[in-house]
Amino acid sequence: MISENNKQKIVFMIIRVAAFFSVAVLILVFIFVFMGGAEVININYLTKMWSHSDIRQGGIFPAILGSVFLGIGVAMASIPIGIGAAIYLNEYAKDNLFTRSIKLAIRNLAGIPSIIYGLFGLSFFVLFLRLGTSLAAASLTLGVMTLPWIITASEEALKAVPLSLREGSYALGASKWQTIQGNVLPHSWSGILTGSILGISRAMGETAPIIVVGATFFMSYLPTSPFDKFMALPYHTFILATQHSSQYAQEYALGTALVLICLTFILNLGVFIIRYKLRKKKEW
Amino acid sequence: MGSGSCKNLKEKVIKFIFSATGAIALLTLIGIFLFLFTTGIKSFTQVSAGDFFTGRDWNPTAYQEPQWGILGLLVSTAMITLGSLVIAIPLGIAAAIYLSEIARPNVREIVKPIIEMIAGIPSVVLGLLGILFLAPAIADLFNLSSGLNALTSSIIVGIMVLPTIVSISEDVLRSLPKEFREAGLALGATKWQMIRMTLLPAGLSGLSAAVLLGLGRAIGETMVVLMVAGNSRAMPTSFFDPIRPITANIAIEIKEVVKDSLHYQTLFAMGLVLFALTFVINFISDLIIQKQVRKYQW
Repeated sequence: MISENNKQKIVFMIIRVAAFFSVAVLILVFIFVFMGGAEVININYLTKMWSHSDIRQGGIFPAILGSVFLGIGVAMASIPIGIGAAIYLNEYAKDNLFTRSIKLAIRNLAGIPSIIYGLFGLSFFVLFLRLGTSLAAASLTLGVMTLPWIITASEEALKAVPLSLREGSYALGASKWQTIQGNVLPHSWSGILTGSILGISRAMGETAPIIVVGATFFMSYLPTSPFDKFMALPYHTFILATQHSSQYAQEYALGTALVLICLTFILNLGVFIIRYKLRKKKEW
Repeated sequence: MGSGSCKNLKEKVIKFIFSATGAIALLTLIGIFLFLFTTGIKSFTQVSAGDFFTGRDWNPTAYQEPQWGILGLLVSTAMITLGSLVIAIPLGIAAAIYLSEIARPNVREIVKPIIEMIAGIPSVVLGLLGILFLAPAIADLFNLSSGLNALTSSIIVGIMVLPTIVSISEDVLRSLPKEFREAGLALGATKWQMIRMTLLPAGLSGLSAAVLLGLGRAIGETMVVLMVAGNSRAMPTSFFDPIRPITANIAIEIKEVVKDSLHYQTLFAMGLVLFALTFVINFISDLIIQKQVRKYQW
């Protein structure tokens, strides 16, 4: 008969191992990608155009640029609407059917598989609005996907501002918008910003939607307008990993994956730092 | 007075703009459904719903008689979902218990964001690592000719849904009133007895909602299954078979089809099935979470 105390020790040990398994997975992912990717990455690989005949000669500059453009496009499409919707829900909305439907819609949008956003983007942005397989269509598609994340994060940030700040403003005779503008937003920008950056970094790593709306694996020029075709890091990784005939393709897929991870994790790290600093500073 | 009504008008316009942005979220969901529905539903003018849902063979480009059955694809999706949850549920709940009840606050501050960071790894990167490292290891371990199969992809999808399950389960456990813990401990229970007999039963519905959300994620995961599951359309018989879930099938075939062909429409019908599945799952888990939150708010 094991005593309850020993039983607890054993169980807690198992629980600790399970918890640190996730941490170990993350570290392993980094080790594998860094070890494999670092071998093929050099200045050439980061700054040159893609070479179709010999992949060792060229670089992924157009894919990096494409992903950055996508990130900017997604930000422009989703951040203004996302913040607006969050302000409406947290500051204006009464508890009625309209509000409840919006909240329900947002929670469900967040759970829709990314490939479905791809199908929607293909039928709506690419075909119905005739944007074609362009940066604009992909940005809008990923923007729609990012919208619920940004709304949720912004709402949390707005909720965290204490009611007393609003009441103080009203007491001085300020209007609703003056209060939001002068007393609520200044205290929630950091939360809104970090949530938005996280959403956009996730969108930049998405592959399935841009497979459907149509990224390009190889183009010999850089995109100059939102209606140009585009290359993107995740799609490039995918094709190199699964459909490229070169014997070096999978090695170079790791290189592209490393660049992608660096890009998204630079954004994630920024968020982590902002949050950590603010948590120390802000105490109501 | 004049400036007052002007101010009022401005306030009204601003309010209208914000409610319009809110309405966009609602319209998006309706729009997604309508675009999937109007295209997908057309496939049933030429393929009977019975054949579509119960047919075992999916072969739309067959030379003689195209086959439009998605049962094999649905079974593949179900296998990955089950397989990944078998991995993610015990690990996820254990990690949530650790974060909420065992870890010191400063350890939790570091470990929780790290686990959530897994959700930030692009799925294409996990798929690539699956192809390069996990699949060969699985093939060696079980003496298979290829490691690209249901088992390998279940493991990776399991890792991907882990952050969802951990994060929500931890919120559920932490939302339980501290009197529950104190009462258990005061009665002389060990911490583990208290967790097992008080917290887990009290949080059961919330934890099941966390699992449901993880399930929704697993059903919808595309890149990992596209890269690692093996892409065979044959009806799967074991976890060592290469398989092709619905999401992967859409991603593979959507680029090859002619717009508005029957094949194109059936891919949207598959999207509609996927949409309906995840919608129902999210809706139920949402209801459960709301109920759980309300139950312990005092």
